[in-house]
Amino acid sequence: MADRAFSLVPAGLAVAILLLLLGPLAALGLSFQGFTLSGAELAALRFTLLQAALSAVLALLLAVPVARALARRRFWGRGLLISTLGAPFLLPVIVAVLGLLAVFGRAGWVNSGLATLGLPEFSIYGLQGVVLAHVFFNMPLAVRMILQGWQAIPAERFRLAASLGFSPAATRRHLERPMLREVLPGAGLVIFVICLTSFAVALMLGGGPRATTIELAIYQALRFDFDLPTAARLALLQFALCAVAYLVATRISLPSGFGAGQGRLGGPPAPKGWRCVVDGVAIAAVALFLALPLFAVVLNGLPGLAALPASVWAAAGRSLLIALASTALSISAALILALAAARGKGWPALAATLPLAASSLVLGTGLFLILQPYFRPSSLALPVTMTINAALSLPFAFRILAPEARTLYADYQRLGSSLGMAGVAWLRWVVLPRLSRPLGFAAGLVAALSMGDLGVIALFAGEGEATLPLLVQRLMGAYRMGAAASAALLLVVLSFALFWGFDHWGRRYAVT
Amino acid sequence: MRPLPLALALLAVAPVAAAQTPVLNILTYDSFTSEWGPGPAVEAAFEAVCACDLVFSAVGDGAELLARLQLEGARSEASVVLGLDTNLTAQATATGLFAPHGQTAGNDLPVPFADPNFLPYDWGYFAFVYDQAKLAEVPQSFEDLAASNLKIVIQDPRSSTPGLGLLLWVKTAYGDRAAEIWAGLADNIVTVTPGWSEAYGMFTAGEADMVLSYTTSPAYHLIAENDATKAAAAFSEGHYMQVEVAGKLANAPQPALADQFLAFMGTDAFQSIIPTTNWMYPAHRPAAGLPDGFDQMITPAKPLLMTADAAQAARKPALDEWLTALSR
Repeated sequence: MADRAFSLVPAGLAVAILLLLLGPLAALGLSFQGFTLSGAELAALRFTLLQAALSAVLALLLAVPVARALARRRFWGRGLLISTLGAPFLLPVIVAVLGLLAVFGRAGWVNSGLATLGLPEFSIYGLQGVVLAHVFFNMPLAVRMILQGWQAIPAERFRLAASLGFSPAATRRHLERPMLREVLPGAGLVIFVICLTSFAVALMLGGGPRATTIELAIYQALRFDFDLPTAARLALLQFALCAVAYLVATRISLPSGFGAGQGRLGGPPAPKGWRCVVDGVAIAAVALFLALPLFAVVLNGLPGLAALPASVWAAAGRSLLIALASTALSISAALILALAAARGKGWPALAATLPLAASSLVLGTGLFLILQPYFRPSSLALPVTMTINAALSLPFAFRILAPEARTLYADYQRLGSSLGMAGVAWLRWVVLPRLSRPLGFAAGLVAALSMGDLGVIALFAGEGEATLPLLVQRLMGAYRMGAAASAALLLVVLSFALFWGFDHWGRRYAVT
Repeated sequence: MRPLPLALALLAVAPVAAAQTPVLNILTYDSFTSEWGPGPAVEAAFEAVCACDLVFSAVGDGAELLARLQLEGARSEASVVLGLDTNLTAQATATGLFAPHGQTAGNDLPVPFADPNFLPYDWGYFAFVYDQAKLAEVPQSFEDLAASNLKIVIQDPRSSTPGLGLLLWVKTAYGDRAAEIWAGLADNIVTVTPGWSEAYGMFTAGEADMVLSYTTSPAYHLIAENDATKAAAAFSEGHYMQVEVAGKLANAPQPALADQFLAFMGTDAFQSIIPTTNWMYPAHRPAAGLPDGFDQMITPAKPLLMTADAAQAARKPALDEWLTALSR
């Protein structure tokens, strides 16, 4: 009985998510007649796939050594660095791009350095810039996910390997590769799909219309051509690409099956010698790559911070409210689906991954069409934004929770059922303590993402309903670039504080 | 934990407006209503004479405004739509959602302009803005610019109204030679941004020598920031204009207030707010003249503007030309 109720909830949730994603497409008048792509759309599809695949592969290649180094080394500032890894992902796009430009742009620090050395200029504009920005945004996320994987290998296994006299190569083969085989496809999938729907980064750093993505074609269809069916068709194409990527990732991914440990935190052994140097270089390089643009963001924003208009604080309050509500929604949904997926079902993972491919503009426009006959759009601004932020951030929360939920299920399910634990007791005594670390990380990420998102609020916001990201946009629109940089800095600080708070709480709770 | 029911539950507590005084809803773009735009001052000035409550709802920009209007269709609560430009009015007229404004007052635009459905409230010339401290040789034309090594940032005509304006500027100035001009400009274009703010932000961050904006943009720096270094380059081909207009909806819930607002739009009370909030020229020169600083802006010798129908017809082929020239 209880078990059936337990599986009905996730199924209902999955249906609700599908309705939320596909309802808007129907509202836009999706039709399957003449489902062909124009030449320009095909070119956009090609570029979209190319940049997304390159970004995902490169982010993973760079993330693995960094995650390994972080997993096996202890050094001063390690905790801070791991926390800061969340930051790039949380930056509003335009702010991050200006930060990257301050470092890698035509007038940036790198090019000034090259010029003083008499070396040729590095141009960030083009495919390389798009990939660079996507790696900047997503590689830290991959590092965190892979690091979780390393930490999830029970410490006993590494000790056993050591007592059996495993060489580093043998440890890699028997412990690390199976873990990577489990974690990398999921992490790569998330990054690939995020980059699929990239629009502003691709356009701003792509250097021109060669860097047109499908999302831009959607934008054009919705805004200038008012061709709703075309927008719906392209949005469906994005979902299809996401579903294919999901299937590929699932086929590659294999559960590692290390079995339960006693919950000790140890991490892999830290070899000495040249490997120590390699780890040091990896950590220093990634710290520099992430810190410099962030430093530029701080530098740009600091001067005007004191002179920010009073309206900033109300907007910040509104953003915080949205972020917390979205987090509650998203984490609950992710936990339900992750636990359902842990029982070996595939559909919860697909339902939790599809929102990644959703175009927030299509989602917002479709919901607008559905709701507008019954409600005043401006009265819906906050609830709709919360719901959509929760849905759009669900995939991240799910990806973070799912592997550990699966391990938890494999390791403790039999014990739990032999003790007759179910429902609340199972959740309270087994799930929450065991999952608190990924839960904290996921909640931090969702909260910070919801602070920064503005795709939807702009469609619904009326007078005086501005959130902080919208205010940043308004300041820029009014020539006030300096004040916009300061408001953006405030946004980053608040997002990061939310992220850090949740993440820290999760890790604290996990240790005790 | 299903998302939608919670959203609906939150709705129940949404405040219900008490409708004592009549409410005039105006649909406009975001930067008009922001606290730095004309919106707040216009609202105060109109409410002082109308015995009504003026409420703005805002969307991103002119193009989004039209899309939003089409989404709302005849159900729109708005009586007035403010902020379309003349490159979009043909499409707006074709929706059949607008009613003739019936106003007879003329305007002070540099070219004759009249439209039965749309009244201009401000206008400006597109121009490339640069920093006088950094740029010694200022190009005098698109051909100069194409021949130079200068780097420019422009906006995408597929997602922004200034981008569309530039497209039609080149088309009006060069006609059949437009593709050639774009091919020449290709190596000058650092990048193409989704909207005006990103481009202007990149320019102020030093990423480009020039940015597509307006001849009046330097007035912002001069008046608000006391910075005289920014200037707009005068091009010998002439400068394409952006004329921003407002219109009354055929299904306006408050047609009388809409008429009153459109008439108010032509008065000094409205027009004198425009220069230092929207940083454009008012459609009617206020009796007190323009604020100090505007006299230092360049005055293009040749204003260029396509009619609404010509702009509508030219958009698609000009866009294809642009895409082909820049995709090589």
